[in-house]
Amino acid sequence: MIRTRGLTRHFRVKGETVEAVRGLDIDVQEGELVAFLGPNGAGKSTSLRMLTTLLPPTSGSATVAGCDVLADPAGTRRNIGYLGQGNGAGNHFRVRDEVVTQGRCYGLSRAESRKRADELLAVLDLESLAGRQAGTLSGGQRRRLDIAIGLVHRPRLLFLDEPSTGLDPHNRANLWKHILRLREEHGITIFMTTHYLDEADTMAERVMVIDHGRMIADDIPENLKANLAGDGVTVTTADEADAGRSAEIAGRMPSAREVTVDAMTMSLRAPRGNALLPDLLRSLDAAGVRVLTAEVRRPTLDDVFLALTGRSLREGEGDR
Amino acid sequence: MNVISNTGTVFAREIVPSLRNPLGLAFTMTQPLIFLLLFGPLLSGTPGVGEGSPWQWFVPGILVMLALFGTGGAGYLLLIEMASGSLERMLVTPLSRTAMMIGRNLKEVVTLLAQAVLIVVALLPFGFRLHPLGALTGLLILAVFGLGLGGLTFALAIAAKRREELFYGVQQVVLFPLLLLSGVLMPMDAAPSWLSVLSQANPVTYIVEAERALFAGDLFSEAVPYGVIAAAATAVVGLALGSRAMRRATL
Repeated sequence: MIRTRGLTRHFRVKGETVEAVRGLDIDVQEGELVAFLGPNGAGKSTSLRMLTTLLPPTSGSATVAGCDVLADPAGTRRNIGYLGQGNGAGNHFRVRDEVVTQGRCYGLSRAESRKRADELLAVLDLESLAGRQAGTLSGGQRRRLDIAIGLVHRPRLLFLDEPSTGLDPHNRANLWKHILRLREEHGITIFMTTHYLDEADTMAERVMVIDHGRMIADDIPENLKANLAGDGVTVTTADEADAGRSAEIAGRMPSAREVTVDAMTMSLRAPRGNALLPDLLRSLDAAGVRVLTAEVRRPTLDDVFLALTGRSLREGEGDR
Repeated sequence: MNVISNTGTVFAREIVPSLRNPLGLAFTMTQPLIFLLLFGPLLSGTPGVGEGSPWQWFVPGILVMLALFGTGGAGYLLLIEMASGSLERMLVTPLSRTAMMIGRNLKEVVTLLAQAVLIVVALLPFGFRLHPLGALTGLLILAVFGLGLGGLTFALAIAAKRREELFYGVQQVVLFPLLLLSGVLMPMDAAPSWLSVLSQANPVTYIVEAERALFAGDLFSEAVPYGVIAAAATAVVGLALGSRAMRRATL
């Protein structure tokens, strides 16, 4: 559905070349739901704008929904739906009018466009707002309207650029409920960018991590977490001497990594912390170490990002 | 064919809110209206304005002013939609970009014509004499001129790339001199020679003179062909630049 090779985009900013995207190779199969995860300024939106024909690449190639974005932008546009970071509907246009207009933009007849608009407004719980001006809608309603607009021509591939940014948790959940149902019913391939870790983690079947314009990881979230980060295991002991001895014992266990001690707390990482913990506790008990608490923390994608780059994704969040 | 039906789609989108709220028509014509009401009456007895009602001399110029400031709205609306994301959404559709520009401009031209008719009709009881054929030809020239101006503001809006202050700055710096040098407010007869030269170099001058001749019913005045040429040249250049800017727009 999406295939890029060496996709690159440079910008000239104040006489200097900024390499926003550097040689991306992306492969997405039909029906997948893929998240493009990275900090702000990593090149997510620039990549998306190249894939949606909004921005020509500096070099490299991209085939999207069967069409070459450079040679056949019109064909690409016909096959894809797109939700940008902004609001798709103009503020002083009515909700239903904007969906109908969008249908007309894709060459549907007036009657077809109206039928399709009513269908989508019903599916997305927007029927009662059909006659309102788009500018008067709430954030969550506007986002649902954006989806209606993006789906009017039944695209096989939907691009979402930061779909839930600025929405409260309730509206995010509601938005995803709609997206997932539409996907289930129509088998749409979805490619989204996000800087919300939990969104990528829970919604996406595959996560591509991008940083400084390069792809640094591409796998299903479980593999990324197990292979790149691993579970965090933490044990607190009665005193510092016990903590030190527990670190020695833990260090001898083959799957334990990054064993550290901080006062009475010993922490380590392991691909399967839940399997390691019983063994560890038995060994500590046998050695006479008094353990007070023990816990296993499942890794997040932030741990993955930290392991890959040495930085946390949460740093600088919200400074768009 | 594709461009024509696409233009229709865009025009329909843009015109519907205006049709639903016709009072909005008044908002974009406040400036010319203020000149008409507060400046027009000062003109009676001014040399160079001609015999009879000063409206006969002043109104055609005000219509050109309406075009200058009104069709600038095309670029302004584009700027707003660029910032909000709704332009981006349409750029991702297969819609012809040239049609996007023409359809939006046509809406401004229709608005302009409606406003012009409104002003003319409103002044009929106050001594403004209507010469229907001349007036129709005058409106046609005005429409062609307005289409070109709209294209130019499109090119400007896209070049300004979301820097709204740049758009307004350039617009003001260009529009006011064009307006003053065209003799819309005062006859240029008494102008010093350097000002006169500048006025002669201003295409808007020829449109104002053609409009005055046509609204006076003088269809065969030599000012008319000059006005037609100035309007047509504005349209060709404006539409070419506007369409090129739209096709290359990357946002």
